[in-house]
Amino acid sequence: MPRREAVALGVAALLLVVALPICNALPTSSPLHLSDFRLNLFGKFLAYAILALGLDLLWGYAGVLSLGHGVFFGLGAYAMGMHLMLEIGAKSVYQSALPDFMVWNQVKELPLFWRPFYSGAFTLAAIVLVPGLFALAFGFLAFRSRIRGVYFSIITQALALSAWLVFNRNEMRLGGTNGLADFKTIFGFSLNQASTQRGLYAVTALVLVVAYLVCRWITNSRAGKVLVAIRDSETRVLFSGYSPARYKLFVFVVSAVLAGVAGALYAPQVGIITPAKLGVLPSIEMVVWVAAGGRGTLVGAALGAFGVNWMQSWLTTSYPDLWLLFLGGLFMGVVLFFPDGLVGALARTATRMMRLTRSASSTATPTESARSREAPRTGHPRPEPVSRTPLQ
Amino acid sequence: MTRSLLLLSLLVTWLAGVPASHAQSPEALKALADLAADNAEKREAAVNVLGGTRDPKWLELLAALRDGNVYARTQGKALEVVVGGTKSTKGDAELIDIASAYTRTALGTVPVASLTEIAADRRLRIAIKPFLDADETRAQLASADPERRRGAALKLGHQADASAAVVVEAAIAKESVDRVRETLQQAQALIRLAHGQAADRILAAQSLGNLHSFDAMPALQGLAADPGASRAERDAATHAIRQIERWSLLVRTVETLFQGASLASILLLMALGLAIVFGLMGVINMAHGELMALGAYSTFVVQNVFRARWPEAFDAYFVVALPVSFVVAAVVGVILERGVIRRLYGRPLETLLLTWGASLIIQQGLRLWFGAANVDVSSPSWLSGGFALMNGLTLPVNRLFIIALAAASVGGMYGLLFRTGAGLRIRAVTQNRAMSACLGVRAGWVDATTFALGAGLAGLAGCALTQIGNVGPSLGQNYIVDSFMVVVTGGVGKLAGTILAAAGIGGLNKGIEPALGAVFAKVAILVMVILFLQRRPAGLFATRGRSAEA
Repeated sequence: MPRREAVALGVAALLLVVALPICNALPTSSPLHLSDFRLNLFGKFLAYAILALGLDLLWGYAGVLSLGHGVFFGLGAYAMGMHLMLEIGAKSVYQSALPDFMVWNQVKELPLFWRPFYSGAFTLAAIVLVPGLFALAFGFLAFRSRIRGVYFSIITQALALSAWLVFNRNEMRLGGTNGLADFKTIFGFSLNQASTQRGLYAVTALVLVVAYLVCRWITNSRAGKVLVAIRDSETRVLFSGYSPARYKLFVFVVSAVLAGVAGALYAPQVGIITPAKLGVLPSIEMVVWVAAGGRGTLVGAALGAFGVNWMQSWLTTSYPDLWLLFLGGLFMGVVLFFPDGLVGALARTATRMMRLTRSASSTATPTESARSREAPRTGHPRPEPVSRTPLQ
Repeated sequence: MTRSLLLLSLLVTWLAGVPASHAQSPEALKALADLAADNAEKREAAVNVLGGTRDPKWLELLAALRDGNVYARTQGKALEVVVGGTKSTKGDAELIDIASAYTRTALGTVPVASLTEIAADRRLRIAIKPFLDADETRAQLASADPERRRGAALKLGHQADASAAVVVEAAIAKESVDRVRETLQQAQALIRLAHGQAADRILAAQSLGNLHSFDAMPALQGLAADPGASRAERDAATHAIRQIERWSLLVRTVETLFQGASLASILLLMALGLAIVFGLMGVINMAHGELMALGAYSTFVVQNVFRARWPEAFDAYFVVALPVSFVVAAVVGVILERGVIRRLYGRPLETLLLTWGASLIIQQGLRLWFGAANVDVSSPSWLSGGFALMNGLTLPVNRLFIIALAAASVGGMYGLLFRTGAGLRIRAVTQNRAMSACLGVRAGWVDATTFALGAGLAGLAGCALTQIGNVGPSLGQNYIVDSFMVVVTGGVGKLAGTILAAAGIGGLNKGIEPALGAVFAKVAILVMVILFLQRRPAGLFATRGRSAEA
């Protein structure tokens, strides 16, 4: 990692993990005070940012566009939600050891697949393993048969639709349309307390920093270079003796796990998880976070998730009718005018500025100029090949 | 119970024979006087006598009595029963036109206060009902509309009343329409099964079995399990039940096939436009569903215009709506293509996101313009109703129409692509864009027309969907993922791939729906598509050779 990036990351990590919770802990009268509501909102956005990192790794680097990441997000969130539901125990409305929705649905005893979620350790493992293994199975089938490009996107979209349909069913014993909600405690800490929420926020921020490091490590490794090569020309990579399917599968699983972890951090902070979070629309919204922030940059994806969601929470409260128009406009605008997103646009401006300064004073070092030439190309994939076929 | 039996037999003798006595016979006149009496028993008896005359005029009086329009007034010493007509107000007195009970000759206008209403209490209304019902059944049996005659026959079969046998027999002799005659025969057999001798019942059971009468199942099952019945009777009933069950299996199979064909034709209508555009430009148009919604809303608007301007030609609105929805969707499609999609050729994933953005905007636009609630599109009369294919199976005309429309669209598409110059150019650009451009084909023009064509087909599909489903802003979303699956499964090589994939997915979906339910059938389809793509990653008809991995 270049030193500049390391420094920037360190500053960002300090700000997110340490400074913001401290601001929140300050007395209300202080000018630097951050309200509980705000902090909670930021926590949600940071969870989304974790997911966006994974999606960027998959799309921005490997060129695989998944329109079904809501499913992995949902799997993680439901795994966490199930544990939280069981933690409520007899403190629920119906005073039954079973979750409330099971009492409504006249379920007499806890379904078998719920039982292991009593254990916190199992839950933490499930948050990683369930989305990971599911992605492994799905990705194996998809990549092995060389489903790629729009075909892969369509298939993942169908996956999101199917998962949404299935999670909505009451007989799945996952709460149906209402999902899982009304959590009381997490690992013994009350979710109503500001300190617990602050802790959750700090954990989320920390996980985001770690996720960023992992993703950066992958992209800087040899595998990362292969991923970019696959994005730019899969056939050439194949003929060079690599197996694109394996690399794609690897990165698909990593990104699914990140999505699952994001979901698990999301559920306790927002307090509810419903099938509406894993449908077609939320899944494709995740893609626009990455596109708006700038794909193939990692930082851009995280910034995009943060920015678009902030925009959403402002628009949906102030002008609810406009949100979908704005979202649609964002999709079109980003694709047409900012194909490399916010970060790409900034980098381009920065390069232009640098060129100006360089022409003013011709003392720029060669390394600097080389870097500046590279900057605008970040994450802008080459046009993908289109197969043209005769209609017979 | 006894009373109702009595009433029934009364009504049936009346259904069957000719009028027994002159209408204004002394009995009837006495009964009329009794109506005004203050005695429930007497009034009920009077109703039975009057109903028993089967005279339409007396029946009209009974109907008026049920509706509370019969009054009594004192004429000299005697009470006279009169029928009330229009009420009016003069000053503060309420006036009413009255007429005589039988002949309905006008008796002038009198104050309401001078009359006593003969109130029809519940008991009296119950007494009146069978007479009026029987009159209705008789009118229906004599009706010129075969469906109404059939309805009456079904009713008689359900009642299975012994005394109706004569009527049914007479109706069978007169009946000229096969379907109605079969229903009448079913009614006759049901009556015999319920009331006949052992030999009659065996014959009846056989005839019900031959008629494949689903309505007779409970009666036949009862007979087959009846310990009091003879062995021959039970055997005949069991045999008939088996016959009907076999028939019902056949009906269910044909029905599932039809539903599969219906779903397949809907998928095909939607996927056809998608597939052409995908084949030509490698672009998956995510706004396809919203173009369909535009078509559906165009139909809605055309319908409203017809309703407001030319209500007498309302049935014709759909004929106008078809081309209008095609054109509206095509125009929006061209705007999309020329405006934005054109800039992104060769970048399918970006185009996918772009068209998704466009779909959100169109969807929200429709929501803001027409409201979030579903709008009401009514079917023209020639598209409602059903076509009776066989006993127990009626195919809805609107679904048949959609199948025909899908077939016509495919036919039109083939004709266009393979019989016209424009089609030749479309195929040329699909095959090799650069080379076609070198040879003087205006590739941009071809793209625009093809996109317009695909969008127009979406509009047409939307117009057709108004006849079978709800029309709302999210109309497109409900089917769109399915039609993507059709395109992906079909591949881009040939139109035949799209057709086969639509037929396969539609048929499979309806085939496994009874076993798994709608949701898990969809999931099963997804799994099957993924497994299918293991064998053929680029769909049914993939391109081979050099161009496949360009």
